[in-house]
Amino acid sequence: MPEESALSVSGVSRSFGGVYAVRDVSLSVADGEVCAVIGPNGAGKSTLFNLITGHLAAEHGQITFHGHRVDRLAPHRRARLGMSIVFQAARVFGGMTVRENVMVGSHGRTRAGFVSAALRLPRHRRDEREIAAEADVALERVGLAEWADRPADRLPIGQQRALQLARALCARPRLLLLDEPASGLRGEERERLASLVEELRAGGLTILLIEHDVAFVTRLADRIVVLDLGQVIADGPPAEVRADPLVLAAYLGQAS
Amino acid sequence: MSAFLSYLLNGLAVGCAIALIASGLVTIHRVTGVVNFAQGTFAVVAGLCTSSLLGLGFPHGLSELAAVLAAAVAGLLTGLAAIGKRGTTPLASLIVTLGVGVLAYAVEIVLWGDQPRSAPGLAGSVTVAGAHIQTQHLLVIGVTAATFVLLALFFGRTYLGKALTACASNPYAARVVGIDVRRMGLLAFALGGLLGGIAGVLVTPLRPISFDTDVTLIVNGFAAAVFGALTRPVIALFGALLLGVAETMAAGYGYGSHQLEVALGLMIIVMIVQAGRRSAISEETV
Repeated sequence: MPEESALSVSGVSRSFGGVYAVRDVSLSVADGEVCAVIGPNGAGKSTLFNLITGHLAAEHGQITFHGHRVDRLAPHRRARLGMSIVFQAARVFGGMTVRENVMVGSHGRTRAGFVSAALRLPRHRRDEREIAAEADVALERVGLAEWADRPADRLPIGQQRALQLARALCARPRLLLLDEPASGLRGEERERLASLVEELRAGGLTILLIEHDVAFVTRLADRIVVLDLGQVIADGPPAEVRADPLVLAAYLGQAS
Repeated sequence: MSAFLSYLLNGLAVGCAIALIASGLVTIHRVTGVVNFAQGTFAVVAGLCTSSLLGLGFPHGLSELAAVLAAAVAGLLTGLAAIGKRGTTPLASLIVTLGVGVLAYAVEIVLWGDQPRSAPGLAGSVTVAGAHIQTQHLLVIGVTAATFVLLALFFGRTYLGKALTACASNPYAARVVGIDVRRMGLLAFALGGLLGGIAGVLVTPLRPISFDTDVTLIVNGFAAAVFGALTRPVIALFGALLLGVAETMAAGYGYGSHQLEVALGLMIIVMIVQAGRRSAISEETV
């Protein structure tokens, strides 16, 4: 199994002021799999997410991505290896159009050199046209095609998330990381997102999603990992996990 | 009337030089969040280099180009010192740039001495509507206009410019798409050095430059840059032109010794007004 896993997290811990937010967490995501990490508020989901993306450094443990040790790499290096991220918060680039935002997404894989970019050499222009075409395809997929020439920071929040998704797709990721993708979305937007994720899964994309909403995840994920108080309390197919008494206790305990 | 016109054009030329310094400050601040107090130093380095190179017999054009490149290298070195180490806060970087500026004094005095140096520019003058205008002033205005157009094309049209804008807008998300934010910051510093260098090369024939001229340059440049809240180059450009004209008028009509005070006074007023406005905005959004 280790050979075929796209992402493998083993024994990772991180504490803040002596309190463990994530403690000895291990999980792996197989190539082509949709894996969801769920848990009540404060379970350590966001910390785990930031450890995987590189925005936080792990104190212990290893993270490997397609055979590369990545737990000491800066976020932009991990991005270049093929990790693409969609944040819960609106993290679009202001002062640019929607299309330009998506084009920047391809930064990690384009090798347009400094000189050719600065001088706008023909090769660079051709690259740029190709990237623009690819950006339009990505925008079409997330349903933002008609917004392509508008300023990105004027979009409503739901569409800013769709824009981030298009930006991530334009990077041709090997792993797509989604941070609470459904939060704050209305019924119809949620439905659209769910069918898009299903479509991406059908296309063979490996996806790790962190989500609070259990119903949303059960429908989409091949496998669910449940975190509580910084530790993994369950790991398995949705049906199995939903029936797990430990999981029920964690969620009910939180609700009461 | 002709006196007014000549003051106006001289003022615009002075304003252009200030605008170049300000645009360097804005470029660096937008991308890295650092206020670069060594910005005036880049101009001084370029000015002193030109004067030396021309003195050694190198031709015009080549000397100026080499001096501007030297300033860009100075910008890169300043950037390495200020943001080279990951995790340096913008405030700490600001102090580093101040330190670099002071260190540069020592280096400049060793290399060039402490006396002001000049360099020949474009000689002669033209008469427009009865006003005498030095050709060098026209050169300053022309080169500045061209530089701003190129800068706008660079940021608006090129891929690299977009990546820099992305860092300025959201460094967190920029990292996520694989942009090396630190390298982009260093690039911004080199660009800032280049812009400061162009200002220095243009100004040296008009006003002799010495190691401590950077104070005048940075005060004026900073005053212009705060007009645009350190982030908007076009407003900074207008601020700089206004400042240049105001100072030249003040000098022309008999307050010559108070030029720096005019700049400082304007800067303080703008900062107070903007600080008031900004806190009003943040109260609304919270």
